[in-house]
Amino acid sequence: MSIFCEPVGLSHYLVVSAILFVCGVLCMTTKRNVLGVLMGIELVLNGANLNFMAFGSPAICGTSTLGLDGQLIALFVIVLAAAEAAVALAIALNYYHTHATVDVDRGNELKG
Amino acid sequence: MGPINWQTCFFFLMAAIACGAAIAVVISSNIVRMACWLVLSLAAVAGLFFLTGAEFLGAVQLMVYVGGTMVLLIFGVMLTARGPFVSMKIGAAQWVVAVIAAGALLTVLLQAAFGTFGQTQGKPIAAAGSSRELAASGNDVADAASYSPLGLGLIGVRIDRLAERDHVLRGGMSGYLLPFEIISVHLVVVLVGAAYLARARRRMVPRHWRGGEQPSGVED
Amino acid sequence: MVSMTELLTLLPLPSWIVLTIAGAIQAALLLVVALCSAVIFIWLERKVSARIQDRLGPTRVGGRFGWLQPPADGIKLLLKEDLIPAAADRALYRLAPYISFCATFCVFLALPFAAGWVALQLNVAAFFVLAVAGLEVFGVILGGYSSGSKWSLYGAMREAAQVISYEIPLALCVVVVVLLAGTMDLVEIGRQQEGWLWNWNIFNPFAFVTFWVYCTCALANTNRAPFDLPEAESELVAGFLTEYSGFRWVYFFMGEYAAMFAVSGLGAILFLGGWNGPVPVSQWLGLSVDPHGLGAWIDAAGNWATAHIGIHEHVCFAAWLGNLLGMCNFVIKAVLGATCMIWVRWTMPRLRIDQVMTTCLKYCVPIASAMIAGVLVWSFVFPSGVVAYVTAQLRPAIEHREAAPPKAPAKKTATKSTARTIPRGELGEGGGAGRSLLVYGTEEVER
Repeated sequence: MSIFCEPVGLSHYLVVSAILFVCGVLCMTTKRNVLGVLMGIELVLNGANLNFMAFGSPAICGTSTLGLDGQLIALFVIVLAAAEAAVALAIALNYYHTHATVDVDRGNELKG
Repeated sequence: MGPINWQTCFFFLMAAIACGAAIAVVISSNIVRMACWLVLSLAAVAGLFFLTGAEFLGAVQLMVYVGGTMVLLIFGVMLTARGPFVSMKIGAAQWVVAVIAAGALLTVLLQAAFGTFGQTQGKPIAAAGSSRELAASGNDVADAASYSPLGLGLIGVRIDRLAERDHVLRGGMSGYLLPFEIISVHLVVVLVGAAYLARARRRMVPRHWRGGEQPSGVED
Repeated sequence: MVSMTELLTLLPLPSWIVLTIAGAIQAALLLVVALCSAVIFIWLERKVSARIQDRLGPTRVGGRFGWLQPPADGIKLLLKEDLIPAAADRALYRLAPYISFCATFCVFLALPFAAGWVALQLNVAAFFVLAVAGLEVFGVILGGYSSGSKWSLYGAMREAAQVISYEIPLALCVVVVVLLAGTMDLVEIGRQQEGWLWNWNIFNPFAFVTFWVYCTCALANTNRAPFDLPEAESELVAGFLTEYSGFRWVYFFMGEYAAMFAVSGLGAILFLGGWNGPVPVSQWLGLSVDPHGLGAWIDAAGNWATAHIGIHEHVCFAAWLGNLLGMCNFVIKAVLGATCMIWVRWTMPRLRIDQVMTTCLKYCVPIASAMIAGVLVWSFVFPSGVVAYVTAQLRPAIEHREAAPPKAPAKKTATKSTARTIPRGELGEGGGAGRSLLVYGTEEVER
């Protein structure tokens, strides 16, 4: 029970973000569905964002924090991720129109 | 045993949900299930943002990521799924390679997490003995990370660096005006580009229709 | 004012039990509000629609006005068989109604019912409410998709397109009020509108126009007619609800009616003065945090009574009574808003999907954007808002830099930014009565 009594440190957050990041990478490598790969990317970005938030929070890092930079960069990451998702979905739809599937392994027309 | 720290309890709850759902995303093969687990994971990450005291970022995460991006993604899933529940599987050999590579990456990251920063213990957020202390600590966290400094940072005023004596560090005062402008233009370009890419392919009008046998009101 | 948690700490129990009990009580209260609003609106919908169609509506169950019709409906639906189609994705099909209802319920977390009577006072409450209200669409999409039926899928697709589109103008409408108030805290926005009727935000010309855009977008976001394309019964059977029956269907419906209450409550706080009545009755009676007049008497009597039963903590009964009055105001406004939504539903024909999109993209978004620009100009012409904020915020920093010697002084000082709320009167700009402004000052602290 003693772990529930101590305040949360930086390493707690880093572990969570590491797990999210690795899950994202695993997702990107093991999925053949374009949208599955996209979900992996979202997970990776979230892991990174969690790191930024943890390093920027005075409640976790004390005085030596990133301060506002952490939150601002996380904000930019979220906005860019939304933009990326929109474009990636448009590409996936196009891919579906031309190949009638969303399997990334079928996109091998340019393979020599 | 000391008094229970509620912040820690909620952290463990949210962290367990986030990590468990992320692992479920990897394991499940049904694309719609994956999307659901991902929604859960992202929502739990938003909860973690709230716990770090960044309420604005937590709300942004909920609104833009969970509410916007994920709905878009599910929309994409529905538009591209031929059968109702499509699954594409990969071979066992590929799984083995992927797991080994991911395990190595996880080891490195965990080592970094525990090794380099393991000693950096933050300012204790109050071992919440009574409700009053909890309330006080909550207010501290809320004050430290409100949204107004963020907004000012985006228009180029760094409120947390105003009194910085060091010239180099005061350079940070310029804030994020330029990135903000760039990202605004970027968003517009992305919006137009995505709309152009995803536009509906117009079907070719059969030639004999143009000959005048068909009514001219036919839309292509 | 003593909160419920502090009263509970008087009991001889460990702190974590006390906190859990307090949390459970608050959650139960909110759940009761959400469910009651759903039950009452279902009855109201039957009665109002009947009146509009020149009928009587329910008259038998529970007396002349059919008071007991909603419970009777509930019992009937509970007794129905819970069907799951063979083609359905069972887990998601079961989960979807709960997601939909929970998202709506979460809105009530940040919705203040009176000054300080809010489960979770966030400084980004307006934004948080929008964010969680948008999550309701997940339940609908999942329900539609997992039903394994074409009708449901089409309904879900329409819902996704509609809600995503209308979230943008809805957020822009909220931004107009946020710019006007200078804060995203709903409690603070409500507090700024206290006093007479003309202190309400709707009497600002730009906010007045925004209010109507907000009403349109709120209708669309809650899938009410004329925007009820996702469940258009004449073309899609019942849209995403087609395959649902029994209690899961009830969950979707309770979610919809609770969302009506939440959306009109948010509108009441943003535009219609929140918990403040048109006439400052509670101020005349002295029912505020520092009581005078009648309020002081109420306080004294209340404290004497509680001391009699053994509680010696000072409790501000006057403020409590004032809040009760405020809550009545708020609930009346929210119910009136919901009644208007019902009225619109039974008056207007359903729009086509292209008309829905046209309304959003060609009318709501441009009008809301224009109102944002208008409010910005407004705050420059009457500079008690943004301008005072920035100057007050930059002034100490400039003075500080001019005053500070170039080399490090002997006594080390650090500057900590603090957020505090000061009345506008202190800035010397003479804003509206009781208005206040969030100001970031820099404050010297010695290490």
